[in-house]
Amino acid sequence: MKQFEALTRKKDNQPVRYLVVDDSVFARKSLAKMIESFGGQVVGEAGDGCTAITEYARTKPDIVLMDITMPQMEGIEAVERIVHEHPEARIVMVSSVGYQDNILSALQKGARHFVQKPVKPDALYEIIRYVLNDDGITAPVGAGEKSR
Amino acid sequence: MRMDLIQPFIGSLDAVLAEMMNSPARIVDLTMEEEGYRKKGLAASVVFRGEVEGRVILDMDPGAAAQVASFLTGGELDPGEPIVPETVCELANMVIGNAVTQLNDRGFQFKVFPPEVLTHAQCEAAGQESEATILCFETPKGNVYLNISMHYHARRNRERTPVGVN
Repeated sequence: MKQFEALTRKKDNQPVRYLVVDDSVFARKSLAKMIESFGGQVVGEAGDGCTAITEYARTKPDIVLMDITMPQMEGIEAVERIVHEHPEARIVMVSSVGYQDNILSALQKGARHFVQKPVKPDALYEIIRYVLNDDGITAPVGAGEKSR
Repeated sequence: MRMDLIQPFIGSLDAVLAEMMNSPARIVDLTMEEEGYRKKGLAASVVFRGEVEGRVILDMDPGAAAQVASFLTGGELDPGEPIVPETVCELANMVIGNAVTQLNDRGFQFKVFPPEVLTHAQCEAAGQESEATILCFETPKGNVYLNISMHYHARRNRERTPVGVN
């Protein structure tokens, strides 16, 4: 997989910490692989919205990648609950179902962005940079992995 | 079955396979079946409810499924690896999610449910519910089958149409 310039946290220059929420183990592995190529660290995983809420509180990640269609509690409801408790939460929806109602609803509940599956690493990388805004920086030349 | 409802599924599978397998897929067969469906390889289904209701089964030759899994994980996987059936589930999720997104953009409202891996018995039972359109796509690593069974609630649409009062 292509390696990207490592994205780090501006405050301490540490890797960006991610919580990955998807009911598919496979999708979580695939996203974890991308996160690794961005120089990030997966600090937690969840297979449904309920677990995502507790995992968020436990890990306090910098970014959450959240699926929409999941058993027990869907992603949009989980976003609402997480953002209610943690208004600073940065959540990016990652779903194959990308119709306007879903996207709008997720954004209204507090999600910061939306990516449709199949996820293209370049697109996800740019979105994460955008969502991190001033709190994320790319590693200076020589400090991180470079595009090969 | 309405072809305009099926077309997004065909386009979506074609696009997803082209990306995941790095090679084009072509439709080599199209059949209609009313009897139990016998799966050919690794199968997963996704159910959707709403104005358009039904289910789609994605059924892949193990070699084709292993190639997609290898592409997505960045390693070389054998068809027997436990993660390969999970790949079919995720692929079904992508194909059907993208297709229903297109249908939704055209005004159809529905809800999609999480994908499930299907056993032989579940496959046969699912196939007995209603008439299905089965498309066979040929790829360099084996065939991929898309079994689509759905119906459109035309009555619900009519119910929403305002009736003139004289």
